[in-house]
Amino acid sequence: MDLKTLTFIVVGATFALYFFIAIRSRASSTGEFYVAGKGVPPVLNGMATAADWMSAASFISMAGLIAFKGYDASVYLMGWTGGYVLLAMLLAPYLRKYGKYTVPEFIGDRYYSQTARITAVICLIVASLTYVIGQMKGIGVAFSRFLEVDFATGLYAGMAIVFVYAVLGGMKGVTYTQIAQYCVLIFAYTVPAIFISLHLTGNPIPQIGLGSTLSDGSGMYVLDKLDKVLTDLGFGAYTAQKGSTINMFLLTLSLMIGTAGLPHVIMRFFTVPKVKDARSSTGWALVFIAILYTTAPAVGAMARLNLMHTIQPEPGKWLKYEDRPSWFKNWEKTGLLKFEDKNGDGRIQYVADKKTNEMVKVDRDIMVLANPEIANLPNWVIALVAAGGIAAALSTAAGLLLAISSAISHDLMKGVFMPDLTEKGELLAGRIAMAGAIIVAGYLGLNPPGFAAQVVALAFGLAASSIFPALMLGIFHKRANRTGAVVGMLSGLGITLIYIFWFKGWFFIKGTAMAPNTPDHWFLGISPEAFGAVGALVNFVVASVISNMTEPPPEHIQHLVEDIRVPAGAGAPVDH
Amino acid sequence: MSNAAAYWKANLRLVIGCLIVWFIVSYGFGILLAGPLNNIRIGGYQLGFWFAQQGSIYTFVALIFFYASRMNKLDQEYNVQED
Repeated sequence: MDLKTLTFIVVGATFALYFFIAIRSRASSTGEFYVAGKGVPPVLNGMATAADWMSAASFISMAGLIAFKGYDASVYLMGWTGGYVLLAMLLAPYLRKYGKYTVPEFIGDRYYSQTARITAVICLIVASLTYVIGQMKGIGVAFSRFLEVDFATGLYAGMAIVFVYAVLGGMKGVTYTQIAQYCVLIFAYTVPAIFISLHLTGNPIPQIGLGSTLSDGSGMYVLDKLDKVLTDLGFGAYTAQKGSTINMFLLTLSLMIGTAGLPHVIMRFFTVPKVKDARSSTGWALVFIAILYTTAPAVGAMARLNLMHTIQPEPGKWLKYEDRPSWFKNWEKTGLLKFEDKNGDGRIQYVADKKTNEMVKVDRDIMVLANPEIANLPNWVIALVAAGGIAAALSTAAGLLLAISSAISHDLMKGVFMPDLTEKGELLAGRIAMAGAIIVAGYLGLNPPGFAAQVVALAFGLAASSIFPALMLGIFHKRANRTGAVVGMLSGLGITLIYIFWFKGWFFIKGTAMAPNTPDHWFLGISPEAFGAVGALVNFVVASVISNMTEPPPEHIQHLVEDIRVPAGAGAPVDH
Repeated sequence: MSNAAAYWKANLRLVIGCLIVWFIVSYGFGILLAGPLNNIRIGGYQLGFWFAQQGSIYTFVALIFFYASRMNKLDQEYNVQED
């Protein structure tokens, strides 16, 4: 059977499974739509959180960035896992104790102010929408390859499917579908990694294979070989640091704080039965995430090694363009891989020097999907990876759209503007909001401001600078008050957004950037992706100073804070 | 000091301890000290590189479960557990 038919069958089968589960567990009330009626056990909730969390950025994009950036891409590995430590210790148990549905709801109550609630809604929408743009890029890449069409067409197909899928389900459907999606995506990620590790090193465990010697008889370690191949061609060594230390430090911090501040992840911990479960559920989520995250470095390094070896089978001897393998041709069709025969010798020269390099475009986001083909793995593995990538993108897009729609329908419409809205009306408003978000994100996904993982990193910066500090101060600083929280959130979000738009273009529209996006133009060498950490600091400082200068929060709020600090008395959540 | 306040203080001590470890393995070993640590090798891995791409993640997982089990004990000790 040819690859295309096989891919259709595998992707089709997994889709049938997701839709079956989504329809079987269709949400009938708002409670079920948002938080699955709080009946999800911690291990399963952890697994669903892992699927929700690991998006196109983790599955499709991250190993590609690792392949091309080497050590510098460690920021994504540490940043996107370390945030769970913050979440487990600083937020999840307390928010579960409080027991409401949405993040803005907590902020509105804790800071006794509709203004705070609306500010939180704005922060949430800005961060989530940026995140969905990153997913759309990933979905576009996966669909364009799988349908063998150009990137834009692939993106439209992806948008249509996300729409049907997210609008149908709601949280309950999403939770159980996400468990299925986790199984598909982790299987799809680890199987090729095991194959490749076994083939290159003789060790089936990729985490160990990456630290082993090659089985080609040279006795060289994988990483040493990679360092040598790359430095011989003028690239930086794989294991060496290339960017600045301050940027690595702040980007990691920004991703960690952002992880703990992203509403669609926080929402997951409203769905466990007890405070105790919120703590362990975070741990389980990280276990399931760590399986992929510790495999990714092996996938990246080995993919890069295989890619270099395909293009340069022997030192000094380059691959003839007409002999290029079929994966090369297929990716050329999507426009994400481009060759230009600069010296006219019909061979593909791939070197660091831009003047003589003939691989003029290698989109980082294609590496994971192309990886099994580059390594000559069987067709069913390639089909599986396509299904896994799509599962990752879909599950996260659905979770984010849910967070956006609940913020608009529950917090904004019902909570602020139309308190007498019926449940039915609320569900309808939520679905309309989802559709709107998909269209905006799809439009921006066509011209994304970076690779999927980088766009997602921006979203984390925005969440880090706005939502996390407000939540944390709300729990740990009794004195934090309304004025401090609102001004803090707005200044954190504002300064981060302006910094990002300054280098990436206003509202990510091409050609409107105020300065070139290069290290020598950045403030103190801090990249837009890493600026969220600075934004978070501004938020913390502004909120604390203003809170101390203005009147303390009323008595009942101080009692509320004392109450959420102890698990006792956490019953069923307050109903609406 | 009231029971709730004592519980909160014990909780903060635990969290701060965990976060110090969290900081050392990632920002310390993985970034700031990665250069010198890279002179030490485990198999084909340079140690700083290993912490940045593997070791820190394993530590994070262990930390959360350690925290969760200690907190469950504290809940019992101060009698603030859920019913």
